[in-house]
Amino acid sequence: MRFVRAAAAAVALITGAMAATPDAAVQGAANGQTIADGKYLAAAGDCVACHTASGGAPFAGGTVIQTPFGRLIGPNLTPDQATGIGAWTDDQFVRAVKYGIGHNGAHLYPGLPYVYFNEVPRADILKIRAYLNTLPPVNNNIVSNQLPFPFDIRFLMAGWNLLFFPDHGDFQPDPSQSADWNRGAYLVQGLGHCAACHTPKNAFGGDRMSDEFEGYVVDGANAPALVDSANDGLGAWSVDEIATYLKTGHNAYADASGAMSSVITHSTSNLTLADDRAIAVYLKSLPGRQTAPQPIAATDPAMVAGMHVYADECAACHMTGGTGEPGLVPALRASPVVAADKPVTLTHVVLNGARSVATEAAPTASAMPAFRGILDDEEIADVLTYVRNSWGNAAPAVTADQVSDLH
Amino acid sequence: MPGGNWGRRQLLISSLSFLAIGASHAAAAGFDSSQWSAGWNHMPPQVQPGGWTFFSPEEAAMIAAFADRLIPADDLSPSGSQAGVAVYIDRQLSGPFGQDTGLYMQPPFADGLPGQGPQSPLTPAQRYRKTLAAIDQYCKNGNLGKGFADLDGAAQDKIITAMEAGTLALPGVNSKAFFQMLWQNTKEGFFADPIYGGNVNMVGWKMIGFPGARYDYRDWIDRHNEPFPLPPIGLADHPDWTPPPTQS
Amino acid sequence: MATTLPHKDVAIIGLGWTGSILAYELATAGLDVVAIERGPWRDTATDFPPSWAPDELRYAVHLDLFQRPAQSTVTMRNNLKQTALPVRKFGSFIPGNGLGGAGVHWNGMTYRNMETDFNWRTHNEQRYGKQMIPEDMTSQDWPISFQELEPFFDQFEKLAGISGKAGNLGGEIQPGGNPFEGPRSAEYPTPPDKQPYGATLYAQAAEGMGLHPFPIPSANISQPYTNPLGVAMGQCTYCGFCDFFGCGNYSKASAQTCVMPALVLQKNFTARMNANVTKINLDSTGKKATGVTYVDDSGQEYIQPADLVLVCAFSFNCVHLLLLSGIGKPYDPVANTGVVGKNYAYQCTSSVNIKLPGKILNPFISGGAVGMALFDYNGDNFDHSSLGFIGGGVLQAAHTGGKPLTQLVSFPGTPSWGSGWKQATKENYQIGYSLGTQGAVQSYRDAYLDLDPTYKDPYGSPLLRMTFDWHPNELKMSQYITGKLAEIGKAMGASEVFATPAKAPYTVIPYQTTHNTGGAITGTDPTNSVVNKYMQTWDVPNVFVFGASVFPQNGGFNPTGNVGALAYWGAHAIKTQYLKNPGPLVPA
Repeated sequence: MRFVRAAAAAVALITGAMAATPDAAVQGAANGQTIADGKYLAAAGDCVACHTASGGAPFAGGTVIQTPFGRLIGPNLTPDQATGIGAWTDDQFVRAVKYGIGHNGAHLYPGLPYVYFNEVPRADILKIRAYLNTLPPVNNNIVSNQLPFPFDIRFLMAGWNLLFFPDHGDFQPDPSQSADWNRGAYLVQGLGHCAACHTPKNAFGGDRMSDEFEGYVVDGANAPALVDSANDGLGAWSVDEIATYLKTGHNAYADASGAMSSVITHSTSNLTLADDRAIAVYLKSLPGRQTAPQPIAATDPAMVAGMHVYADECAACHMTGGTGEPGLVPALRASPVVAADKPVTLTHVVLNGARSVATEAAPTASAMPAFRGILDDEEIADVLTYVRNSWGNAAPAVTADQVSDLH
Repeated sequence: MPGGNWGRRQLLISSLSFLAIGASHAAAAGFDSSQWSAGWNHMPPQVQPGGWTFFSPEEAAMIAAFADRLIPADDLSPSGSQAGVAVYIDRQLSGPFGQDTGLYMQPPFADGLPGQGPQSPLTPAQRYRKTLAAIDQYCKNGNLGKGFADLDGAAQDKIITAMEAGTLALPGVNSKAFFQMLWQNTKEGFFADPIYGGNVNMVGWKMIGFPGARYDYRDWIDRHNEPFPLPPIGLADHPDWTPPPTQS
Repeated sequence: MATTLPHKDVAIIGLGWTGSILAYELATAGLDVVAIERGPWRDTATDFPPSWAPDELRYAVHLDLFQRPAQSTVTMRNNLKQTALPVRKFGSFIPGNGLGGAGVHWNGMTYRNMETDFNWRTHNEQRYGKQMIPEDMTSQDWPISFQELEPFFDQFEKLAGISGKAGNLGGEIQPGGNPFEGPRSAEYPTPPDKQPYGATLYAQAAEGMGLHPFPIPSANISQPYTNPLGVAMGQCTYCGFCDFFGCGNYSKASAQTCVMPALVLQKNFTARMNANVTKINLDSTGKKATGVTYVDDSGQEYIQPADLVLVCAFSFNCVHLLLLSGIGKPYDPVANTGVVGKNYAYQCTSSVNIKLPGKILNPFISGGAVGMALFDYNGDNFDHSSLGFIGGGVLQAAHTGGKPLTQLVSFPGTPSWGSGWKQATKENYQIGYSLGTQGAVQSYRDAYLDLDPTYKDPYGSPLLRMTFDWHPNELKMSQYITGKLAEIGKAMGASEVFATPAKAPYTVIPYQTTHNTGGAITGTDPTNSVVNKYMQTWDVPNVFVFGASVFPQNGGFNPTGNVGALAYWGAHAIKTQYLKNPGPLVPA
């Protein structure tokens, strides 16, 4: 206990952060600070991504969550008595978030990432509840479980939890690490639930813990590796670059688009720059693979053809050296999206185009044009092979069949 | 590690919420039209040679004959018809250009001064049809005795010269104005992007040394008085994109 | 039956440069703003990415990005004795359309009025005597000075990232810039563009003659740049597909590249696209606007109530709307009464084509505003005492591309078709260069805009009628400055110099420029202008007009720098004066 209290105090010293506090501080009626803290923590958890439908009332549910096993619908978290969580006790709410147990005792599916929220202290979860209690109650009856048989049998989750849900207990700061690192670890491992997308999953949808943060393909897009790999992780990015990316959606290398746009817009751009930096400090500490593969030779026919495609269609924006234009055009060197083992996002972006996220700090929202129908699959494969093996990049070649699969 | 088939198994129906969250930003700002749609492609369709969509075979033969006098084959380039000029004009006349789509075509029509711009109620399609017929009629019924396409080159040149000078009086058509339009369209068929059916193999661009649809000359702007070495490319014409044969 | 929409604080007609600047300024000041644009949304990656943007036929010949005459056009005649006929196909000038308007496909040349452009009449009368200015020349002083407008020139240049070299910084003449410009408070936000070979030969020759060439202030920017709104722009790639084309890599300043990303984040801003404003509605007194009426693509009519109406359509389209809405007294050239439509002017251009044998000019490596210019024969920078004309123009080496359908340099005596034509075309391609002038056009009693008696637009309203011709002053001016330009061509070592100064009559073909000015001019009082110095109409204080229609006459260069500055100047007046106390800002 002494250890935990000291660690908690250390974490509390971090500037601008809403530190994890013991239960005692939250007792009594929710005050303005508690609600503000709760709102901030809900942003850290990106709760709206699943609980606020497009054009819908805040937290009234209705978002479709696609899983490999079928669909779930994000429930209604407004204080509505009948269809929201208004009638839930605090204990029920905490149990749902930390342990995946519903208010009627049934198992929740890990569409709610309780595997990660498990580490969030009760006091912080109740701050979130205090914030949710201030929302207008919305009558919106959600039947969350849309999974096909047999996955719709909630009881089966008990077995899944045994295998894939180790109960870590509350987040434990590491006294050998800095306050920034601990704050970042707290955010990433818990509310941020970054591993939900960025850690590879096994066939049952559980984390492959041996490959934590090594990247994953989710919903047809790459969630890149976040480990310190020079080739396909964050190795080339400094702490400041990672923090800037989280805060504004853009940095000297990359411009967020697709699913990460949503995370930037609703979560990380709403955290303080200090917290985004803390996340960056933590991520930079994750050791990556040190050996990069050998790049494909520039004389390879696909590389030669790809070089010409690049010069004619890509260089005018991405530059002959693949450096891009900061804040406008992503760099193609030292890019996790480019070098990903299975470059789903890279191919998708070339086929369909993409628009980068707009934040107040970085409103440009530059867009990549679509090349479907302009480049055929062979040409796309060649230029991707070229890009993945130039300027210090090294990654497996791309074939025309792989491109066709993504049409 | 080989890529394998990483498309299908991972490709679930993308969560609508992701697209929706991005799009809701636009909705918040209150736009009626979407700012950007995935997969948008406004590339004009590649014209395929073969067959005529507007010209009759006789009209096509006349246009080809005109094209070959206006742009004859020589050591600088193939002839106009070999470059696809007739195909180009044919496809244009059955499209928006031929119909004067988008122009102001309200009456009353008056001749106007030359400086007041084109005032004809006839579309290019109508003018081609009428004028080609009148020229052919003139050639067959006059002392030439043959249609324009069957005359020899010198005779054809004489007619073209007269049209250009405004001395070829034809009933019901202005042959000088027609010549100006025909020559303009012929040049287009020689110099426009090959995607429109002319400038086949970029022969027009190769004749003058225009690199075509290239977009980045940053590495060249400072290289004054140096020849530019790269061949032309078109919107859909990139010979270099075919991988070279593998050494065996 | 028109549908009345919920009230907005501000209705902006047109979402081009001025509309977007004013929308941003007023939305960020907390007002509820709706912009109503006749044309479509335009987005770089969707509408003109590098993969299909470089298409000369589509954009430079078939004018794909421009206003269609069928939507709206004008009728044209040279003088009152003629019958005006419709411009059925645009030629001489081509209005823009859609988001960004003409700012999507402009060249990007961004000059400022010189000091003497502002007090034009006072200055010239003082120097040369009143008799120097013909009776029928109605050019007049602007009611604003260079000094008043300077901070707003600066603001527009920073918005657009203009690349250039200052010639006068705070009163100190700077080498390499335009020594004739008014004193600037700051350098340009990005350095000058790199120059292609032909422009450097021009600059060398001009310098050798004691003239003062400088890089054209360019909206094709020289390096990546983030503007004060936080919007990022890219670096120009000198692709040579600039004027008539949208820019595929965010390197040509335009409303959608520079303003829209920040504007669309404002929750109190809405845009209605494909919506044509047919009228500004007035109350029963005729002195207050209640909003606008517009028609959408399906023909449905709407009434948009608003407290403030900003007319930000293309130049003469603004005048058209004022006339259709009964705002201000229409100008009658015979009776010499009224003001709306008065002082219509244009740009008097000319060219000097030269041959530089043995040179490799690579004309395809260029940009819309990439080139060198000089102001030595512009404005009153030279002594007009014995010349018999007033005004001048910029002399430019701005060969903006090498596209074979629209940019071949022609010479007399070239065979017009056949093998001789082929030979000459091939030979001239690398050695032919085109120099040009953009000459000032003064305003005249008989050059004006009004409503046509015969021809109508798709909504049943009369088309705007344009009565315009070159006057002896402009022809003499063009003769003179084109001669000066030809001298520079000779000094460049040209083997042939083919000068074509402007000659009468003015014709609507071929393409010249889209620098149409005047018709809703600014001035000191309602007898000599339609709007006051803050762009507010004298007759209806809650209607402001922006764009080149407010110019009392046109100077010897492209108007967009002035247009952008006036938008910021007007926005400033609205924010700091009008909103606090709506009503006339200048006593009538």
